[in-house]
Amino acid sequence: MNHEAPMWNDAFGISWLDFNLSNVLMMFVASLIVFILGVTATRNMKRFPTGFQNFMEWLIDFIKGIIGSNMDWRTGRLFLPLGLTLFAYIFVANMLGVVTNGVVGHELWWKSPTADPGITLTLATLVVVLSHYYGVKLKGGKEYSKGFIRPLPFLLPFKIIEEFSNTLTLGLRLYGNIYAGEILLSLLVTMAAGGVGGFLGASLPMIAWMGFSTFIGFIQAFIFVMLTMVYMSHKVSDDH
Amino acid sequence: MQGFTESLVLGAGGLNIGDMIIQLVFFLILLALLGKFAWGPLMNMMKEREDYVANEINTAEKSREEAQRMQREASEELKKTRQDAQKIIEDARKTAGQQERDIIESARAESERMKESARQEIEQEKEKAVQVLKDQVASMSVMIASKVIEKELSEKDQEKLIHQYIDEAGEER
Repeated sequence: MNHEAPMWNDAFGISWLDFNLSNVLMMFVASLIVFILGVTATRNMKRFPTGFQNFMEWLIDFIKGIIGSNMDWRTGRLFLPLGLTLFAYIFVANMLGVVTNGVVGHELWWKSPTADPGITLTLATLVVVLSHYYGVKLKGGKEYSKGFIRPLPFLLPFKIIEEFSNTLTLGLRLYGNIYAGEILLSLLVTMAAGGVGGFLGASLPMIAWMGFSTFIGFIQAFIFVMLTMVYMSHKVSDDH
Repeated sequence: MQGFTESLVLGAGGLNIGDMIIQLVFFLILLALLGKFAWGPLMNMMKEREDYVANEINTAEKSREEAQRMQREASEELKKTRQDAQKIIEDARKTAGQQERDIIESARAESERMKESARQEIEQEKEKAVQVLKDQVASMSVMIASKVIEKELSEKDQEKLIHQYIDEAGEER
């Protein structure tokens, strides 16, 4: 449990620039896996889909459903690649920590990148910033600004606070779920490694918890994409 | 900085600016690459399939209409043919009836004619026979009379008398 992160503090002599190398590694691994999956799934595409292509098309329909439940498909189609990539990346990232946790020496190298608040908050910030960007782009600066004083002008401060709280909750929700899952898993691993009795006692709950973590990983990826689309629709739809 | 964030709930690794930058860069790169290599082709394929299906439905609709039209034409054709056949049979029946009547008529006429000619022949024969009989009776009478009243009458008186009798006999007939 008392593993340390492989930190690289004050990188390049810049005092505020710290790297957690395990995060960097895992982000790279997750991105690579998603990219390879995406590319292999879309090689040899046929008009009558088979196997993996079927799965990817199901995924597209799934994300389409999420977007469609929040906004008009005419504007929503713009966000399909974003939703797909977010979902695939977050799901794969969540799964990485469920399947294995790798420790080298005292340093925790292999884990979910999404079990780090900085990373989830980065994604959340990206989403919220994108929602503002598309709000200005699709509705124009005037309409976008008016959105802050609707339905009543005195709501302006709350609207501004809402933007930040949205970002925080979106990021921390994902982080909290995944981090908690990993803590419990590592506790169980420590217990199982403690002795024969510990192994017997811990293996069954561990299997159950891994199954549950897989479920949570899926649900959190779904929720993240869902909320992304909700925030987007707040900014780009006319009826809000 | 590190110590401070770690003391907060955020725990684990704290907020590392480097991680954030790298996450942002990785994610944007991933978004661009997947959009180009995975989602783009996949969505194009799905679009193409939608078009294909719509096209096929249109074609099916068209060929169904075509088939219906052809069926209608065929049934009309069949109806016409049936009417024609009916007419031909009717005509044949009419012609046959006409011929039958003609044949009967001509047969009747023929038989009438034959009967007529037979009657005429019979008449002629009868007349001829009567003539022959007359002549014979005359000569026989002459013979009988000559035998009966030989010598009492002259040849001339005799002749006169005979013809008188014969004429009377012819009138009584």
